[in-house]
Amino acid sequence: MAIEVRRRDYRLAGRDSRLAVERGLAGAQWYACPIPRPRLKELMRRRDGPALRATLLWFALLGLTGALGYFTWGTIWAVPAFAIYGVLYCSASDSRWHECGHGTAFKTPWMNDLIYQMASFMVLREPTPWRWSHIRHHSDTIIVGRDPEIAVPRPPDLVGIALNFFGLKSGPKEFREVLLHCFGKLTEEERTYIPATEWGKVFLVARVWLVVYAGVIAWAIAARSLLPLMYVGLPSFYGAWLLVVFGLTQHAGLAEDVLDHRLNCRTVYMNPVFRFIYWNMNYHVEHHMFPMVPFHALPALHAEMRADTPPAYHGLWAAYREIIPALLRQVKDPAYFVERRLPPGAFVLAAPAAPIAASGQPALAGTALAGDSQP
Amino acid sequence: MNGNWVEACAAGQIEVEDVMRFDHAGRTFAIYHAADGRYYATDGLCTHGQVHLADGLVMDNIIECPKHNGRFDLRTGQAKRAPACRDLQTYPVRVHEGRVLVHLG
Repeated sequence: MAIEVRRRDYRLAGRDSRLAVERGLAGAQWYACPIPRPRLKELMRRRDGPALRATLLWFALLGLTGALGYFTWGTIWAVPAFAIYGVLYCSASDSRWHECGHGTAFKTPWMNDLIYQMASFMVLREPTPWRWSHIRHHSDTIIVGRDPEIAVPRPPDLVGIALNFFGLKSGPKEFREVLLHCFGKLTEEERTYIPATEWGKVFLVARVWLVVYAGVIAWAIAARSLLPLMYVGLPSFYGAWLLVVFGLTQHAGLAEDVLDHRLNCRTVYMNPVFRFIYWNMNYHVEHHMFPMVPFHALPALHAEMRADTPPAYHGLWAAYREIIPALLRQVKDPAYFVERRLPPGAFVLAAPAAPIAASGQPALAGTALAGDSQP
Repeated sequence: MNGNWVEACAAGQIEVEDVMRFDHAGRTFAIYHAADGRYYATDGLCTHGQVHLADGLVMDNIIECPKHNGRFDLRTGQAKRAPACRDLQTYPVRVHEGRVLVHLG
């Protein structure tokens, strides 16, 4: 008998959202590798030094490449200068936004808040909506109908992914939402995960952004030059490609609706330059399982967890050798996913008790425990 | 047990700037040994995500939730950082003959 597989409903107020709650997948208890409490406390310890040094270097590189772009403007040498500036401006801001949003990058709270606001602007993600969407992403990682940050819903939108290498799909959407927020409105989805007490912040920041962008555009028009926009605005597009290259490795092609980050996240070994740009977010299984561990301690956390997790990928190429065929296959077969194999002896969660045929997509593993359904 | 005072643990059982889970009568609590050397007690689950705070990080007088990094003042229960928006219930604590006692009302 043929099994009918229907398309999943990724909307946060749709059919699969209700199913996820019914199945106990919302706000559920997730597997965590056993790490002795004293060691975990060491790993969680906050410091300002690593993030301060990395931030000063980031600013210096932005200043240097920005200056090179200015002095070579009008020549071919401006192309590599702005290419690097753009990556530092936008792609590097992805991880700064992320780590400071968790409040773990710096020990000092105002430093996290300052860099969070800056990086949010540079990576073109409104700080308050994205803070709350990311909270939901951590509550319900790759749970269909619950996670607003599923980068590659099935079947994959390959054209959309290609466009996002230069922010051409995500950017216009973000600007539409900024305008909506300027008028004091939220999307239906945002209302499901942003508490009403935070709405005022959303509207205020959107209006500030609009003023800043209007100012830069006015400056460019007055100067009759694209140059001001090469520093603010356009780099959020032309510098986005590395963000996508890194970001797709996190979850693309892996299982949906499992309560075990070992099965729906990838850890990918990267070189020191990439890890500087990405602030160690390549240790993604580790980050999701223990989000209170700061970026500088993730390699040490990885060493603690390695025996209980599937093997890490040796470089981006190794990851993409899996991701690209998986996404191509999912275009025709949305039920397909890459099944991560746990090492021998690793703890395995029991299969879910709730019937799941109606969703058309069985979970790999995981017993959902009752939880709340907050953002 | 001593009146409404319930014994949670031995005084030396929790390191300074650490937290321990304490379950009693079907409820769960978090017992803290703060940086000032004093003990405090709150409800054991984060008011945002129903996660055990005993798995979190104590920094000075702050307890950080291990799931979403929401923060509370462990002395007053006041929510200090999103996504924690609702305060934690706190409970009086005293140390008697080397035992940490919590008043559960």
